[in-house]
Amino acid sequence: MPEIKELVKGLADKHGRTRESLLPILQGIISEERFISDAAMTEVARELDMSAALVYGTATFYSFLDTKPRGKYVIRVCRTITCDMKGKKQIVKTLEDLLKVNVGETTKDNKFTLLETNCLGWCHKGPAMLINDEAYTELTEEKVSEIIGDYMKNK
Amino acid sequence: MPDKKLKRVDLIFSEDCGYKDVLAESLKMSNEKILQEILDSGLRGRGGAGFPTGLKWKFTSQEPGDEKYVVCNADEGEPGTFKDREILSRVPLKVFGGMAVCGKVIGAKHGYIYLRGEYQFLKADLEKALDEFHASLKESGFDFQIHILMGSGAYICGEESALFESMEGKRGEPRNKPPYPTIAGFRSKPTVINNVETLVYSFMICRIGAKKFQELGTADSRGSKVFSISGDTPIAGIYELELGMSLEDFVEEFGDGDTKAVQVGGAAGFCVPRKKFKDTIIGFEGVPTGGSMMLFNSSRSMYNVLKNYVEFFEEESCGQCTPCRVGCQQLKKGIEAVKKGDKSAHYLETLQKLAETMKVTSKCGLGQSVANSFSSIVDNFKEEMIY
Ligand SMILES: Cc1cc2nc3c(=O)[nH]c(=O)nc-3n(C[C@H](O)[C@H](O)[C@H](O)COP(=O)(O)O)c2cc1C
Ligand code: SF4
Ligand code: FES
Repeated sequence: MPEIKELVKGLADKHGRTRESLLPILQGIISEERFISDAAMTEVARELDMSAALVYGTATFYSFLDTKPRGKYVIRVCRTITCDMKGKKQIVKTLEDLLKVNVGETTKDNKFTLLETNCLGWCHKGPAMLINDEAYTELTEEKVSEIIGDYMKNK
Repeated sequence: MPDKKLKRVDLIFSEDCGYKDVLAESLKMSNEKILQEILDSGLRGRGGAGFPTGLKWKFTSQEPGDEKYVVCNADEGEPGTFKDREILSRVPLKVFGGMAVCGKVIGAKHGYIYLRGEYQFLKADLEKALDEFHASLKESGFDFQIHILMGSGAYICGEESALFESMEGKRGEPRNKPPYPTIAGFRSKPTVINNVETLVYSFMICRIGAKKFQELGTADSRGSKVFSISGDTPIAGIYELELGMSLEDFVEEFGDGDTKAVQVGGAAGFCVPRKKFKDTIIGFEGVPTGGSMMLFNSSRSMYNVLKNYVEFFEEESCGQCTPCRVGCQQLKKGIEAVKKGDKSAHYLETLQKLAETMKVTSKCGLGQSVANSFSSIVDNFKEEMIY
């Protein structure tokens, strides 16, 4: 996969080729590809001259460094207690209905992946979710429909 | 008995601070003088553990060598905490100022901000503010650089030694202690690691002086603190309050009139039931908190609250040591079994013993603190665990 090779090389040029460069490089892959494929991990290992097992071991430690295929937009709904109290379950259900997937799954067109995550740091404005790096707060069913509708149409 | 009343304070977010002047003046002060001010102020870390900030800086300044680091802990993962995000977005220059002053005192040329991945959206603005800050530093002739490193969704990386591991590009697994960061932190070099809020207070103490700061709070808990208030409250949000108030006063101000319990200090903290509000002081002499205050009214099931916390720990445990890894799983299974009736109510005592064992045998603060919420919720709301 030539694109992955290019991407990894570019990231290594930017962040360096030491052990300390590993996380920034993996994070760079995520922001381009949304997940780190086996091919990408092998390529990082080659570029940084370390074992693929080490790259794998590091990547799988972090919940945002997904190693399974993900959609273009990764939705992470906060499941921690105060968001839960403010109606997180209904928000997840609305998302499941809109996207026609269950939590943990990716839409057929590979556009959205629906996940849950722990406290996002917006507890006073729950329920909250992230779509990639963007935070959305004080969610209601209507608001979620609007946001997702916008992503479906315009992104 | 608490003698302090609830009082709002405005040190952290006050815009009038003129960070440039404070920075220039602090950088002219002698290291001894700054250290003395921070020590005299009585400031203790705002990230949870409450270690005296002046001592931390002093120990690190006494270490030999010229490769030392200042690290700002912006991992803010404790459920119910969101004040560091607000501080970083509203007064980033004060955070940087605190880092630079610390760098001067301990003899560090580089500072790092470890920002949780959930706050990636803050990074661009922070970098812009950093450009301005580095220009001011240049004017003052002080050689110090701040870098931003990102986390990737792991609560355990807020634990200082796990955070260093992560900065070094490794799995965020806590190290054995000692050695402490003041001797061997980032890259095994002497390091001061402070919470975002601690750094701003340090900077403000350089401005207002130890005496003014000391006038606030109590003997054990000097000064004020930023609280993140959420749950069943009509006025959820961020408030800076003087330390030492009773939980009763707090609930009077922030509750919805029907508060049955307050979780003080997040999932790693303690649950205080209504009957103890009066006698509970918020601060190091009572129930300490990194700022997380979650209010629950009588419509809430404390079983659901506890289950949510235990699931949080089970998922965020790094898995390195057995008491924590297996303990969290067993606690979760255990409370579910009691609730379903598969186990008798007595089994809760067995689980509490397990939580106590985790407290003494776990390697880091995560496993050690599970018992805090577990036992305080089970003790105070036993019926809700069973029926
Ligand atoms: C599991 C765990 C998570 C932690 N998370 C954070 C955090 O997100 N932010 C923070 O400032 N301190 C956190 N701490 C505390 C740090 O280890 C450390 O004590 C703190 O950053 C020191 O700064 P302070 O003295 O200014 O409070 C955590 C500790 C543990 C055990
Ligand atoms: S106590 Fe838990 S989080 Fe801490 S080192 Fe052990 S397994 Fe990891
Ligand atoms: S509990 Fe959902 S953002 Fe904190």
